[in-house]
Amino acid sequence: MKKPLIKVQKTNLSHPKTNNSRRQFLKMGGLAVAGSSLLLYGCSDDDDDMEPMPGEVFDLGSGDVGILNYAYALEQLEAAFYTNVLDGSYWMNANAEEKKILEDLYKHEVIHREFFKAAITGAAGAAKTLPELEFDFSSVNFGDRDSVLQTAQILEDTGVSAYNGAGSLLVTPDYLTLAGKIVSVEARHASAIRSIYLSDDTAFAGDDVIDANGLDPAVDPATILAAVGSTGFVKTAFTANNLPTGA
Amino acid sequence: MNIIKFLDEFTSESLTGKVSSRRDVFGTFGSLGKKAALAAVPFGLATSSGKAFAQAGLKQHEEPLQLALTLEYLEAEFYIKALDSGVLPSGGRAEAVYNQISKHESAHVEFLKTALGDASIDSPTFDFTVGGMFDPFNENGTGQEVAYAQLLALAQAFEDTGVRAYKGQAGNLMGTPYLTPALQIHSVEAKHASEIRRLRASVMGEVGNENALGWITLDNRGPGMPEATQAVYDGEQNVTQGGVDLTMATSFDAKAVSQSFDEPISGETAKAIAGLFIVS
Repeated sequence: MKKPLIKVQKTNLSHPKTNNSRRQFLKMGGLAVAGSSLLLYGCSDDDDDMEPMPGEVFDLGSGDVGILNYAYALEQLEAAFYTNVLDGSYWMNANAEEKKILEDLYKHEVIHREFFKAAITGAAGAAKTLPELEFDFSSVNFGDRDSVLQTAQILEDTGVSAYNGAGSLLVTPDYLTLAGKIVSVEARHASAIRSIYLSDDTAFAGDDVIDANGLDPAVDPATILAAVGSTGFVKTAFTANNLPTGA
Repeated sequence: MNIIKFLDEFTSESLTGKVSSRRDVFGTFGSLGKKAALAAVPFGLATSSGKAFAQAGLKQHEEPLQLALTLEYLEAEFYIKALDSGVLPSGGRAEAVYNQISKHESAHVEFLKTALGDASIDSPTFDFTVGGMFDPFNENGTGQEVAYAQLLALAQAFEDTGVRAYKGQAGNLMGTPYLTPALQIHSVEAKHASEIRRLRASVMGEVGNENALGWITLDNRGPGMPEATQAVYDGEQNVTQGGVDLTMATSFDAKAVSQSFDEPISGETAKAIAGLFIVS
């Protein structure tokens, strides 16, 4: 069995309000899994044997710092992805609209990443700040429009679902506001990417994501991390054993 | 006359000058001018159904959700009237976008009414012309093209306001079961805002440039947006987050940094903006 990339704790996933959202998320997440490997957690009996030694594998931590590190991990992923996009031949030859959107997304995600790095380091110290992760985007063809935009859509949709699901886990009002400042920008991204990639004029806020109450998904960290792990994009192992669950 | 010319006229001083008696009102969109202040008073109390709630008696989630419901009433009625007006080009992207957004805003109204239960409020009476200042539904002979420009401008202002207003209420909902649903609406409003901004830009012939973005740059309301909507964008130019000046912490400029974070507005500011369109 391949060693887990991201190890997540077991959480109570039976929150009725988010069941539909979670299914939706996983369905989309499935698009990204094409050809990618396995994952993570609870999939073998020797779970205990895989507990990292202290100092060996970074754990996101507990409380608000844990949630901030979780967001930092997602922002690192997005920033690394768009950095690759701007180095790829699809972007270089894209039309002005797509080029502009992707360049802006690159800037925004790098800024989000650097914000979390500074904020977590300032609040909790470097030792409790998630290190720089390494990524493997070999499953994405950066010369191919569909491959790039489909991955971008999944990452942006995932970001919105993740922030919406993490908000209630924060206890410091300032952090909630900061997360709110970022999630709406992620939603603006998701809308724009969906608008240029999908042909349906309603896809910017499509029925495939938004439910009958007009609500976007809200997905818990364990589910998000499992799905992110399933993409195979994250090379650096880390654990999420102490995140708040709201349970 | 082409749409750009109309948009220019729409934003020009001549338009505001034409109705100079309302200039003060127009110029104080959201800044608690006389009319806005008056209009803000019946906010929430507009529900004449005998449910005049005392602020002190409200549960924690009720005031934020009542504000949200008022904004959703505003948006829901606006999109329904927009779709009924015949101003939107039939069968195109704009109509599809307005239909989709209308569906969501009407769903938000029902969702919030259910969430509030007995603390729900009735819809205020809206005047989307702001006493004749606008004619977004082409009811007063302004013509299809100007009306269309106004439909797009008002939609952008409403959506960008909605994003900021929900964000401003998140802290007030902490610890309640209503925080997550409010966040789930908040991000939908942001998706709407992004699309409306990009749609409006494309109608104006702006594509793939700084004027065609789904996100907000500095506190720019953008070309073609009436000066009166500036209150919707004031404060969006912030580049310091959590005490970190991100123009210093990164290699990016204030434009990119400001785009990366949307800023909240207070309930008072949101009420003042919405209040401009509330008659009673």
